[in-house]
Amino acid sequence: MKLRILSLVMVCMLAVMAFAGCAQTPAGDTTPAPADDATQAPADDATQAPADDATQAPSGETIKIGGLAPLTGEVSVYGIATNNGIQMAVEEINANGGINGKQIDYIYYDEKGDSVEAVNAYNKLVQNDQVIALVGDVTSVPTLAVAQIAAEDGIPMITATGTSADITAVGENIFRACFTDPFQGEIMASYAFNKLDAKTAAILYNVADDYSVGLTESFEETAAELGLEIVAKESYTGGDVDFRSQLTKISAANPDVLFIPVYYEDAALIVAQKAEIGITATMLGADGWDGVLGSVDAANTDALEGAYFCNHYSPESEDEDLQAFIAKYKETYDADPNAFAALGYDAMYMLAEAITNAGSEDAQAIVDAMAALEFDGITGHIVFDENRNPIKPAAINTITGGEYKFVETYEK
Amino acid sequence: MSFLLQVINGLQVGSIYALVALGYNMVYGIVQLINFAHGDIIMVGAYGAYVVLVLCGLPVWVAVLASIALCVIAGVGIEKVAYSRLRNHNAPRISLLITAIGVSIFLQNLFQLIFGSAGIPFPSMFQVAPINLGGLNISFVTILTIVVTVLLMIALQLLVGKTKIGKAMRAVSEDADAAKLMGINTNSTVAFTFGLGSGLAAVGSVLYSNAYPMITPFMGSMLGLKAFVAAVLGGIGSIPGAMLGGFIMGIVESLTKGYISTQLADAVVFGILIVVLLVKPSGLLGRNATEKV
Repeated sequence: MKLRILSLVMVCMLAVMAFAGCAQTPAGDTTPAPADDATQAPADDATQAPADDATQAPSGETIKIGGLAPLTGEVSVYGIATNNGIQMAVEEINANGGINGKQIDYIYYDEKGDSVEAVNAYNKLVQNDQVIALVGDVTSVPTLAVAQIAAEDGIPMITATGTSADITAVGENIFRACFTDPFQGEIMASYAFNKLDAKTAAILYNVADDYSVGLTESFEETAAELGLEIVAKESYTGGDVDFRSQLTKISAANPDVLFIPVYYEDAALIVAQKAEIGITATMLGADGWDGVLGSVDAANTDALEGAYFCNHYSPESEDEDLQAFIAKYKETYDADPNAFAALGYDAMYMLAEAITNAGSEDAQAIVDAMAALEFDGITGHIVFDENRNPIKPAAINTITGGEYKFVETYEK
Repeated sequence: MSFLLQVINGLQVGSIYALVALGYNMVYGIVQLINFAHGDIIMVGAYGAYVVLVLCGLPVWVAVLASIALCVIAGVGIEKVAYSRLRNHNAPRISLLITAIGVSIFLQNLFQLIFGSAGIPFPSMFQVAPINLGGLNISFVTILTIVVTVLLMIALQLLVGKTKIGKAMRAVSEDADAAKLMGINTNSTVAFTFGLGSGLAAVGSVLYSNAYPMITPFMGSMLGLKAFVAAVLGGIGSIPGAMLGGFIMGIVESLTKGYISTQLADAVVFGILIVVLLVKPSGLLGRNATEKV
């Protein structure tokens, strides 16, 4: 009798284990069927990802290109926009005959803004899906983690929006479509000094984030060169929501400008508290601020009034391709494109053009073609410097009356 | 001047820690359970207020009441569904603890599923200009938070000390079996305690969301952890202890950020916790637990 009960228990446990195994498959998306998986991956609010993009590909030869983006989680706004931009580019390229007559099969995974998830997803792209090149990742920290392995594997990789200076330094095969953190810090310090007549500046940054630290360092360096005095430099760590202590100190130093090089969700919390403390300094931000208006309640948009931030492009530019992109993006996704979407779009086109120029799918040939690429995209004319960073000007934007306004393009 | 402002900043954060710590303390006092889902009750309250205020467009007082009601229902519901059976069958305490962690993860994922994981901006409920007190600019929310917390603390102390249900709570916390023999309905007393703690957490969540106007499904976990530390620091099981612990944590955090280093703030707070526990293991105002043999 006892034995029978025991065996029954064992059977139950086995059944449970089998089910547990099943349940993990969709969650950890380990299925090798990339097309379905990929279109299911974004949460339903994320995109109206064209479900037929994979089925459009002819059954013959395709070029598999991998993608990584945070489609859920804290930085999902960036990931979704970037991925949408990439998908739009893929669709257009495929509609125009693909690359050297082959259709692009774009396989992407959600990495949730997490380095570990990003590396796992990368391994899956390379080992299971056998992609020949990678467009991604989106935010700096996971991008750096992925770049380190991609450099070992020699897979051509272009990040649309990873701005940390270190990313392209890890290997000859790593490129980016956006400008770097140091560049943005330099631009903002120089802009504050030359255009906003600032004499003193304060910085509030996230010490746990490479992006924020990188911008802070370059801002400080340029400020020192120019003679812009840093009167307060305060930091916080990831996950903090209370900035009153730091802001109280900054308020006491009474700076002309306050540089806040952080992502939009933190920026939204900081500006709300800044308004309460009563700091009147002009706020400066960087490309992480793109989307900040969406994270601030309508009643709090006053707190953002008069802030300046640099970005990769301005939607008000008169470039025809850019306007066509904006119109098409709005039509497809029912949302205004941001810089991330534009960069994702450009990054995919750059990679496609490099593969076309290379005339082969050999990794080294693609890397060489990338390095020699001269590209006119919607985010400007791009050539790569010796560190595989694009050379292009920054667009300065401001926020007035609860809207983004383009001020000018600015080169240091 | 700046020092005073930092202390006031600390009092505000500390008030919220204290309100949340109370929930931990009362529940621990009565069933010796560290209710890890308590932090997530705050998140539930914040989303509740958001839905009523923004999605339904109802006035502020309705949102506050709805938030409190929702949290009380959630708190009592969690007790009935997840803990009550375990308690009544004298399950080992570790099972209760693991269940609490499970409930916490369940709530976080449920809300992530419903509202998405991206932060939602929370509207400011009280549009009042900062108040100038002798040259100090203090925001209305800050003053409201501190005043409301102190008033609630006094009311709670009276409730526990002077009313019949308060007496029942104390009796159950002293010895649940003996209380049962004296004709006290322990189950309803425990449910009341959970409801009361959750209601206080709802008030905390409304104040918190006004001070930091962004709500996410994970907002409760770090806040809950800090409040739990405040509860242990002040003395787990003691109501004035929760308040003292919360205020100490908030002020220490704020002063460390203001005068020593922002990166060290958490280290200093947890360092103080370790020192206090070494010197006085039951916390600052905690009862000395005597094991009955």
